[in-house]
Amino acid sequence: MKELLQQVINGLSLGSIYALIALGYTMVYGIINLINFAHGDIYMVGAYVGFAVTTSLHLGFFPSLVISMVVCSILGVIIEKVAYKPIRGSSRIAALITAISVSLFLEYGMMYFVKAETRTFPNVLGKNSLKLLDGSVVIDYKNIYIVAITIILMVALQYIIRRTKAGKAMRAVSLDREAAQLMGVNVDRTISYTFAIGSALAGAAGVLVGVYYTTINPLMGIVPGLKAFIAAVIGGIGVIPGAVFGGLFLGMIETMVSAYGGSLYKDAVAFAILILVLLLRPSGLLGRNIKEKV
Amino acid sequence: MNTNLFRRRNILSLFIIVFLYIAVQLMSNLGIIDSYIMLNLIIIGINIILAVSLNLITGFTGQFSLGHAAFMSIGAYASAIATTKLEQPFIVGILMAAVSAAVAGVIIGIPTLRLKGDYLAIATLGFGEIVRIIGLNVDYVGGATGLNDIPQYTNWTWIYFMVIATVLIIKNFINSYHGRACIAIKEDEIAAEAMGVNTTYYKVLAFTIGALFAGIAGALYANYFYFIKPDSFGFMKSIDILVIVVFGGMGSILGSIAGAVVLSIISAFLQSIPELRMVVYAVILFLIMVYRPNGLLGKFDLKDLKLFRKGGKVNAGIKGE
Repeated sequence: MKELLQQVINGLSLGSIYALIALGYTMVYGIINLINFAHGDIYMVGAYVGFAVTTSLHLGFFPSLVISMVVCSILGVIIEKVAYKPIRGSSRIAALITAISVSLFLEYGMMYFVKAETRTFPNVLGKNSLKLLDGSVVIDYKNIYIVAITIILMVALQYIIRRTKAGKAMRAVSLDREAAQLMGVNVDRTISYTFAIGSALAGAAGVLVGVYYTTINPLMGIVPGLKAFIAAVIGGIGVIPGAVFGGLFLGMIETMVSAYGGSLYKDAVAFAILILVLLLRPSGLLGRNIKEKV
Repeated sequence: MNTNLFRRRNILSLFIIVFLYIAVQLMSNLGIIDSYIMLNLIIIGINIILAVSLNLITGFTGQFSLGHAAFMSIGAYASAIATTKLEQPFIVGILMAAVSAAVAGVIIGIPTLRLKGDYLAIATLGFGEIVRIIGLNVDYVGGATGLNDIPQYTNWTWIYFMVIATVLIIKNFINSYHGRACIAIKEDEIAAEAMGVNTTYYKVLAFTIGALFAGIAGALYANYFYFIKPDSFGFMKSIDILVIVVFGGMGSILGSIAGAVVLSIISAFLQSIPELRMVVYAVILFLIMVYRPNGLLGKFDLKDLKLFRKGGKVNAGIKGE
């Protein structure tokens, strides 16, 4: 029981990180129908920005989180303007390969500048921890920070999408781009906003991962990127609460599988769940099923 | 109609095929083609088989697969087990590779091909990763360290005739009744179904044939490089194959051949700048997608080559666009 509680706490932290990355995937897919394979690498850049800010500028955790989010949102907008805008009209497969080329560019460009070695993220949050139930369940402060920051960012995101004009424009564009344009929505700007917000969330996730796992390297974005993508699909791609649900669900499952003896197969389990969900409910667990009309 | 012309065309093709084979074999024997060039020729050959077989699935039938490397790995392991552990001749290895990859194609194809577009791509990606992870965890095939000491049977003769066989079989399949059903599915699946095409059957058929040839490519790979490990056949390998297909032109066999040759040469040259290799590759990929989203040859294909035609009349009608 205590063991289980401990694993639930770990799963919640991992799931929060997946959820933050998955939100960016889902928002971009919802608005331009593109699987943005470079998203995992934006998260990697976020981790490196956090690393640079904390080690060379000696700033604390919160300033580095904010700086990393700002840098990543700028990077996201640049990627959208430079790489994705020219191919917006071409086929899906061309768009997908462009996304992969951006991803390779970020990974290996970063590797060229910072070298391939793994770096240790400074411990900016201290080593305090809460002990519950006579010390048998340990909650690290890091876990609390991660979950709390994730919740705050999600509330903020929900506010932006539901209550602001930009959010309304995003919802309109994802529903029907042409109609939104006819109603006077600036589609280009709205797409840029979407990339900025999604990338900022990925940047935050990058810093959180750096703090949580303490090691970063230029290829760290690939696996969590794929996992977050699975999370987005499980929840229903394009559906924002779905991404959060999928992230937490996947984080929890993965932690449980690792804890109870299947750590070698934890990635395979993630993919198996993905395939099951796709076969049984292709629009995701929280997605709506849209009938195809001829 | 035009049986005479076709016969002459066929004889000419046969002549070129045999000539090319003998020429390279002679040059290799005389030492004009050294082992480095031969290595690249073998890589080009493997890439051609992979690209043409994926083109059947993605380019002609319109089913977006991101798991082609998984079939290659199944073939590679099947052949490696046959030739190393069971000490069978290479032909048995190739047959085992082809059969096991085709069976995997049926098993993976039947459930996933109900999905469409991006979802199919993700599901095939997932299957590819599952195959890789299973390979990493099965000790019989060496786990993460891979299989060693595979006898080197692949040579110019094997590669060359396997490439020719792949291209001919897939080309004839495309031009057959079944191939037209596949193309109809790509153009409009609902319309094809309404016209009486059994879409599930043809999608699985195309997927299985593609998997079969990918398995053969895997066998050739395993028996040339002595050594295989699951991570050589990951997600990035599938992407590499897809890139060749898209670069050459979706639905163009000639394009896949040209794409495999050009991209293999580019990547051989990029070996000299190891730190920036992938960065340059990414930029090239991006530029191709922006400036030639339909690939090098687009819809231009083998039968559009005017080489063998009298007067060079292109047959209109089949190519609508």
